[in-house]
Amino acid sequence: MTIESFFAMGGYAFYVWTAYGICGVVLVINVLMPLRQRLSFLQELARKQQRQQL
Amino acid sequence: MKFIPDPIGKFFHRMASPPHFYALAGQMIPWLTGIFLVLLGYGLFAGLYLAPTDYQQGDSYRIIYIHVPSAWMSLFIYIVMALAGAIGLIWRIKLAEIMAISSASVGASFTFIALVTGSLWGKPMWGTWWVWDARLTSELILLFLYLGVMGLYNAIDDKRTASKAVAILALVGVVNIPIIHYSVEWWNTLHQGPTVTKMDKPSIHISMLIPLLTMAVAFKFYYVIAVLQRARLELLQRERTSAWVKKLVMEQSK
Repeated sequence: MTIESFFAMGGYAFYVWTAYGICGVVLVINVLMPLRQRLSFLQELARKQQRQQL
Repeated sequence: MKFIPDPIGKFFHRMASPPHFYALAGQMIPWLTGIFLVLLGYGLFAGLYLAPTDYQQGDSYRIIYIHVPSAWMSLFIYIVMALAGAIGLIWRIKLAEIMAISSASVGASFTFIALVTGSLWGKPMWGTWWVWDARLTSELILLFLYLGVMGLYNAIDDKRTASKAVAILALVGVVNIPIIHYSVEWWNTLHQGPTVTKMDKPSIHISMLIPLLTMAVAFKFYYVIAVLQRARLELLQRERTSAWVKKLVMEQSK
């Protein structure tokens, strides 16, 4: 099998790769969003604590 | 009379303590991610490259390797969410409440993926993006149930009250799960019947079944990673004023 025929997916390239692409994007967002939110929340808490100490 | 032996009771008590859970989840996520990536890598390679082309559907059938595992996860996560919600409702265990609400967004994502990939598979095979048949409609209702759980939780400020309300909604929605599962048998649907769960004689070849099951296991690992990630955030937000969070923040800002 050549690389071209692999990506062509027997003529169904649009459907197959769009499905895999959307799946990938949704799954990546789902772990990165809570991670980023948690880190920024921790920073916010740290700032609050510093203000209280002053 | 004791139903649960001491060491096991202590184990669960320790596990359910927020600082311990927060730290343990943080340690487990890299390992789980490693296992997930290996399974995902093999599953994708086997599904997209090794598995043969289907004699009827050509290469379009390869959507099955994300569509079916996502659909399974959408049902599995809903049951976990309802069970965690029930445990939280009955025993008022904070961690169970957090697990329930953290499952909702992951479950909604898998339901969304199942619907979108199904649509992308339906267009070339059935000639339409969408039909209002029993399987598709009940899966769409599942998405609305997940979104309802998330919306209700965000609408109530007191998170303990919110968890109660969400648990009741999730439990009522459980009625939809058998409807989704049996929809292809109870009604005459455009959606095909089960191919894998006919355990006596699955109508799928082993070379296609192995990547499918690999992807299903990979998605299970993904769910655990995603739910732990979200649970850590949820836990911090709920416990922001507690001593252990203050200590954690102090140690990190040093």
